[in-house]
Amino acid sequence: MHPILEALLLSAGYNSALVAIGAGLLGAAAGAVGTFLFLRKRSLVSDAISHATLPGIGLAFILMVALGGDGRNLLGLMAGSAVTAWLGLTLVEWASRRTRLAEDAAIGAVLSVFFGFGIVLLTVIQGMSAGKQAGLQGYLLGSTAGMLLQDAVVIAVGGLLAAAVVVLLRRPMTLVSFDPEFAAAAGYDVRRIDLAMLGLVMAVTVVGLKLVGLVLIVALLIIPPVTARFWTNRSDVAVLLSAAFGAVSGYVGSSISASAPDLPTGPIIVLSCFALFAVSLLFAPDRGVVASLVRHRRFQLKVHRRQGLLALAHGEPIYDRLTLSVLKRGGYLRPDGVPTDLGRDQAAHAYWDERRWEVARRIHQAEALAGRYDGLTPMEAVFTADEIAAIDRQLGPVSPAGRT
Amino acid sequence: MTPDGSAAKVVEEDPGLPLAVRGMTVAYGEKPVVFSVDARFPAQSMTAIIGPNGAGKSTLLKATLGVVPSLSGSVSVYGQPIAKARHRIAYVPQRASVDWDFPARVVDVVAMGLYRELGLLGMVSRKQRATLMHCLERVNMADFAGRQIGQLSGGQQQRVFLARALAQNADLYLLDEPFAGVDAATERAIIDVLKGLKAERRTIVSVHHDLSTVTDYFDRVLLLNIRKIAEGPTATTFTAANLQATYGGRLAATQINDLGLAHAGA
Repeated sequence: MHPILEALLLSAGYNSALVAIGAGLLGAAAGAVGTFLFLRKRSLVSDAISHATLPGIGLAFILMVALGGDGRNLLGLMAGSAVTAWLGLTLVEWASRRTRLAEDAAIGAVLSVFFGFGIVLLTVIQGMSAGKQAGLQGYLLGSTAGMLLQDAVVIAVGGLLAAAVVVLLRRPMTLVSFDPEFAAAAGYDVRRIDLAMLGLVMAVTVVGLKLVGLVLIVALLIIPPVTARFWTNRSDVAVLLSAAFGAVSGYVGSSISASAPDLPTGPIIVLSCFALFAVSLLFAPDRGVVASLVRHRRFQLKVHRRQGLLALAHGEPIYDRLTLSVLKRGGYLRPDGVPTDLGRDQAAHAYWDERRWEVARRIHQAEALAGRYDGLTPMEAVFTADEIAAIDRQLGPVSPAGRT
Repeated sequence: MTPDGSAAKVVEEDPGLPLAVRGMTVAYGEKPVVFSVDARFPAQSMTAIIGPNGAGKSTLLKATLGVVPSLSGSVSVYGQPIAKARHRIAYVPQRASVDWDFPARVVDVVAMGLYRELGLLGMVSRKQRATLMHCLERVNMADFAGRQIGQLSGGQQQRVFLARALAQNADLYLLDEPFAGVDAATERAIIDVLKGLKAERRTIVSVHHDLSTVTDYFDRVLLLNIRKIAEGPTATTFTAANLQATYGGRLAATQINDLGLAHAGA
């Protein structure tokens, strides 16, 4: 069996099966949490949070070694990363709230300073003689090497807890994302809900550090929600879809990474995310690129057909090649450019429709109905038969039948 | 018109008074945009808050609700601190304050008016779903329940916001420029709903910018330009002299004359 397939079917060994399940759960939690961050338009905050974990990892390692323990204890490293991540998050909040710094600038400052400090700490640790520092670099880009059952359980439990909090807070978080003023007026504490949202992001980041790495964990928080948005117009559905996309990316990505030595886990998971995103971007039914190209083209043809028919009705020559080809393909023009019976009939109808609209817009000047005039919408789609009859009376004795 | 201290004390404890604001001051930076405003909004009244751009009309509403922080001032709602009476208030923010590309259908937005009732985990019951549809019917938007909100016109968006406030089933309605940039049909639909609410013994306070409709729509006015200029029944308070005092030179004398108001000052 092919190694990738083997890994996907959880038969590539105990370790990679653990990793695949853990990564799937992590992806689901990140996708769900990330959706709210995306809806709140604060996706980039996750980047500051994740980079701010690095000094915490370094400090926790040094502290654990100093206390005579194993510096690579996952729970210890997670605790350390959470502390500095929270510090970074608080700084971003404080800077954008209390100073003239905008949030994006605060994010950039915190992200780079914390990351720089973390790298310095890692360099110091490299020079230390104790504590089995090998493997600490794995927290940058993620690794599955040396993953223990205990680690997988931590990731799984963390993912499930985050998911549970999302279920509990989904309504307040949706409301605050859509309309914070209304939420505040209704008595929700917007600031605390925002903090809870960022707390969730931090939890997912800390839990995912080992597997995906702090540089790329943001991808799991940002790409699945964006992907989900292509497929749905409902926020609750977007949360579920995003969780599903995140889970698939995590599961498939870690399986592929486990199938060959030296394939970093984080980047492969991110590339899996991107594959889903690229497919959605192109082929999503309503918001996808292909769908919108098709829609635009259809609309263009409709405009040319209408303009061509009106030109026929007025007896004007048509030079536009697209208009000519639309009319010929529709059977309104013979190949030699002479209108067919159908063409004359439809041209008269279009002409009559325009005249009716002229009257309608005079009568209904102040109404929303008049706004429905776009040169394309047929009269019958907007007005009732009685209203059209009233318009025709104003137009005089000539009926559409009389014109054809 | 402003009650003295002892009178205000009595007012604040009056459970029949929907909304009383005292000494409200709000500043952005160190520039007050609302300064020491006292106002009372009696039961079953429809009050327009009127004033020029930058007069602090919206800010006064938001500070009253605690949406923006105030430097000083107290608010009582039906004789209670606002924190205890939020369930009796519905708020309609400015339509432009949200991103309408948000993934939600019309019915999802209206359902936000039920969130308090639903709690964190409650499901929307059959009865509540009927309530939502009824709220949409009141603003003539029932046919749009399943529509993505990004596809609505400005007037339709405004009606959806009003339907959400109706779903809150409140006693006091605070609206921020509900008629701004809407078509004539929407304006009629909204004013019909508001008058219906008043007939149901509810109280309405609305920031309003169109001086020509004030006398038709509202029975009370609050004239504001950072400070309160005047408040009271439209007939006696919405006068040329008070408007001149509120708008200063920003309103030409001819514009005031066009309103056809009595020239006696308040």
